[in-house]
Amino acid sequence: MNNVETLCKAALIAVRGGAWFAGLGTARSAGSKLLSVSGDCARPGIYEYDFGVSVATVLADCGADDAQVVQISGPSGITLAREEFARRIGFEDLPTAGAFMVFGPHRDMFEVARNFAHFFAHESCGFCTPCRVGTSLVANCMDKIANGRGSQYDISEIFKIHRLLHAASHCGLGQTACNPLFDTLNKFRPAYERRLRSLDFAPAFDLDQALASARQMTGRDDPAAHFGFAARSVGGES
Amino acid sequence: MSDESSLLLDGLPVAFADGQTIMEAAMAAGIFIPHLCHHPDFKPQGSCKLCTVKANGRYVSACTLPAKDGMEVENNSPDLNDKRRTMLQMLFVEGNHFCPSCEKSGNCMLQALAYELEMLSPHFPEFYPDRPVDASHPDILLDFNRCIMCSLCVTASRDVDKKNVFAMGGRGILGRRIHINSESGKLADTDFALTDRAAGICPVGVILEKHRGFAVPIGSRRYDVEPIGMQVERPATRAASDEQA
Repeated sequence: MNNVETLCKAALIAVRGGAWFAGLGTARSAGSKLLSVSGDCARPGIYEYDFGVSVATVLADCGADDAQVVQISGPSGITLAREEFARRIGFEDLPTAGAFMVFGPHRDMFEVARNFAHFFAHESCGFCTPCRVGTSLVANCMDKIANGRGSQYDISEIFKIHRLLHAASHCGLGQTACNPLFDTLNKFRPAYERRLRSLDFAPAFDLDQALASARQMTGRDDPAAHFGFAARSVGGES
Repeated sequence: MSDESSLLLDGLPVAFADGQTIMEAAMAAGIFIPHLCHHPDFKPQGSCKLCTVKANGRYVSACTLPAKDGMEVENNSPDLNDKRRTMLQMLFVEGNHFCPSCEKSGNCMLQALAYELEMLSPHFPEFYPDRPVDASHPDILLDFNRCIMCSLCVTASRDVDKKNVFAMGGRGILGRRIHINSESGKLADTDFALTDRAAGICPVGVILEKHRGFAVPIGSRRYDVEPIGMQVERPATRAASDEQA
């Protein structure tokens, strides 16, 4: 554990003694924690708190009174909604490596989660099957929902892939890659559901779109050259 | 206390020698744990994750975890087989796998496991990656469309053949692929030979011998004769001569 934070603390403990350090923080999380506060706040930066500090206190200090969400410990950490801001930083409640990302009320939590999904697909090293393929499948699933082609089926798929990655991935990246989706799906479900075309099933590809090149080649655009919704709407117009 | 250590595999006591992995202990006892990147002759790397089992309540790779006395291992369960089936589906959609036209059909571990685990469809949307074949070598064709990133060719060429013809490189689903260790990147410009151990190591249909295709008729191929789950005692060597036999 040779990071700067640990080395600084080791030096202070050497000077002031273990009892001093153990007196800081909480019973189960001794000492202090450096938090890297970023996002929608007036005063982003590195803050140091004794363990046990509440999320609300940090938000007040950094000038984020209207925060909608705080993402603790990075994309693979915990997504906290407003009603959870009384929770405390520490091993017994919110363990963190230090990242503290603030999202204001104007942020769309579905788009936040989609961004995280693409982050993990990009970060996956590709060594093990579940993470290499699963992170990309999830990112594609989120794109499908974003494009207005999603359904309840896609949400079930994300949960299913989350369970697999959690169990079978080789390292922590894959195991936690779906955490932000899992959290946002549980806490911000409407952000997903208002994008769904149907609450049942919508296919992954657009049959009518797939026929576009054939229509172009044959010079046809009549109702019989269309599928599904498009056929009905084109037919209705003629 | 007996001198011999043993674990419980799906409730059955399985004896093992010190240093053996769960996979080695199971194979020695004739019990099948699905796998693709594991090969009994080589050091395990644990990347395919098909051998995921539950040991004392935790999901682990059977090929890399050393067996421990008294360990309780869950292997052939609906939960694990469901996860394995999903990972097989991931491998199928990640590459371009068209079994009916593949020469390895019937001798392919990926296909055999798909049958074994009752995978009825690829389930996920296909990625259809662009993976050019390498037909430069006079005796061997490389069809990367079928690569499952097991790295067995890398290991065999490096450790047995001492040639280092292959390397696994790149990141993520788009970047990760086998590279050929020659300036041109072509197999013809390496000293790879049909007699190399690596030439017969591929569990799927990437490394294929030229000038002989579909040599064994449907019905007599390795996994036509007996499902993969029944072939535990037969080491998964896949040399051309092995197929002909």
